[in-house]
Amino acid sequence: MEMIKAVGIRKSFKDVEVLKGIDLTVNKGEVIAIIGTSGSGKSTFLRCLNRLEVITGGSVTIEGEQLAGEENGRVVYASEAEARRICSKMGMVFQQFNLFPHMTVMENLIEAPMIVKKMKREEILPIAENLLAKVGLSAKADSYPSQLSGGQKQRVAIARALAMSPDIMLFDEPTSALDPELTVEVLKTIRDLAKEKMTMVIVTHEMAFAREVANRVLFVDGGRVVEEGCPEEIFGNPKQERTRAFLNNML
Amino acid sequence: MENIDKLLEMVGLMFEGAGLTLEIFFTTLVFTLPLGLLVALIRLSKFRPLSFLMEVYIWLMRGTPLMLQLLFIYYALPIVADIRLPDFSAAIIAFVLNYAAYFAEIFRGGIQSIERGQYEAAKTLGMTYVQTMRRIVLPQVIKRVLAPVSNETITLVKDTSLVYVLAMNDLLRTARTIVQREFDMTPFLVAAVFYLVMTLVLTKVFKKLEQHYAVYDE
Ligand SMILES: Nc1ncnc2c1ncn2[C@@H]1O[C@H](COP(=O)(O)OP(=O)(O)OP(=O)(O)O)[C@@H](O)[C@H]1O
Ligand SMILES: [Mg+2]
Repeated sequence: MEMIKAVGIRKSFKDVEVLKGIDLTVNKGEVIAIIGTSGSGKSTFLRCLNRLEVITGGSVTIEGEQLAGEENGRVVYASEAEARRICSKMGMVFQQFNLFPHMTVMENLIEAPMIVKKMKREEILPIAENLLAKVGLSAKADSYPSQLSGGQKQRVAIARALAMSPDIMLFDEPTSALDPELTVEVLKTIRDLAKEKMTMVIVTHEMAFAREVANRVLFVDGGRVVEEGCPEEIFGNPKQERTRAFLNNML
Repeated sequence: MENIDKLLEMVGLMFEGAGLTLEIFFTTLVFTLPLGLLVALIRLSKFRPLSFLMEVYIWLMRGTPLMLQLLFIYYALPIVADIRLPDFSAAIIAFVLNYAAYFAEIFRGGIQSIERGQYEAAKTLGMTYVQTMRRIVLPQVIKRVLAPVSNETITLVKDTSLVYVLAMNDLLRTARTIVQREFDMTPFLVAAVFYLVMTLVLTKVFKKLEQHYAVYDE
């Protein structure tokens, strides 16, 4: 099943075209890694998938439902309520965590299920407790985000997204704000999700991790997908000169 | 005997005055906080005409003396618009309109200080704009605006005394009346103590609130 189908995504900020027609189809259970230089448009592309950015061209379809598409050359979005419903199938994890600082870890997890899904506290609490156990933070349920390390914050953010039981997870450089020794625990959490066949799109600078966990890798440069393929091809035998140059730089 | 009667009468008058002062203070506060929030939200809305209207309103309220606004609503409104208001209502309307403008600016600053990531996280979790404001943004805004709100509130306690221009017998005007009649300065002292106690109580209340919100850091 096609979980995400993005066709010809274009995005301009004012007069600057940042995405120049990106295609991506993600099947159920696939893990996609997006790599590329700074400013190439990786984050912008990811944010177009869940309407954090409004696309200026192309179409986005999530699990067969159209979020945005072109009609007579103009991009038309689903209604606000529809779009919200469609996007709720995707959870997102940010580079800067974006936890709610005024809520405890547990409150961060149960807030959206209670407010958005109208779940009862008793219903969501056991689920949230399981998720916290899964990311190894059961002991921190009553802590506030400010009392956590970066790696712990990011694991809470992952658990918070999972509490909405999404079918797809989007990660925008989940470890870039972390000290090297803290990235390990976050990568482990994402690896566990991959083992459970969670569909994921991960923007990352961690090449070794991308190689290990991804089924498919996209190398983006200048708002275009320059090269796409399985990790062995991209990392082992890149066909494009630009990909080679980028990978050499990363080593 | 006569002295005691007089004293009791004075105390009674002062109590009535203090009551009116408190009434003005609390009534204003109850209306002005939500109105200030509403004005801030409209001011921040993307609908330019309304946003601009609020900008003008805030400019007018902050750009003219509160006393002028009081006098205008009480004396000029009946002539200009044939609207005649009772003293108390006129005073409350003037205070609420004036203070809402100040609170609106405080709230606006607070709302704008919340990082975009908070809205984005809420959005990716499926929250609507209203849910995001109510559950995520405004609770954090309260912590950030507590200090300036506390300042304005304490200023309001003392600004209530401006109603003397409407010949309303609040605490200060009552005190003055007695002082002029009896040639005794005590009522001024009593009034001062009353304002000081009010301020002290408010300071304590806001300190409690600050402690309440200190459970989390940002
Ligand atoms: N809100 C915005 N307004 C204007 N320009 C923007 C905006 N967001 C991104 N851009 C521009 O779009 C381009 C792509 O940015 P984007 O954040 O997608 O890059 P990226 O590949 O994620 O880079 P990095 O690896 O540094 O995170 C950049 O040139 C950036 O300056
Ligand atoms: Mg980025």
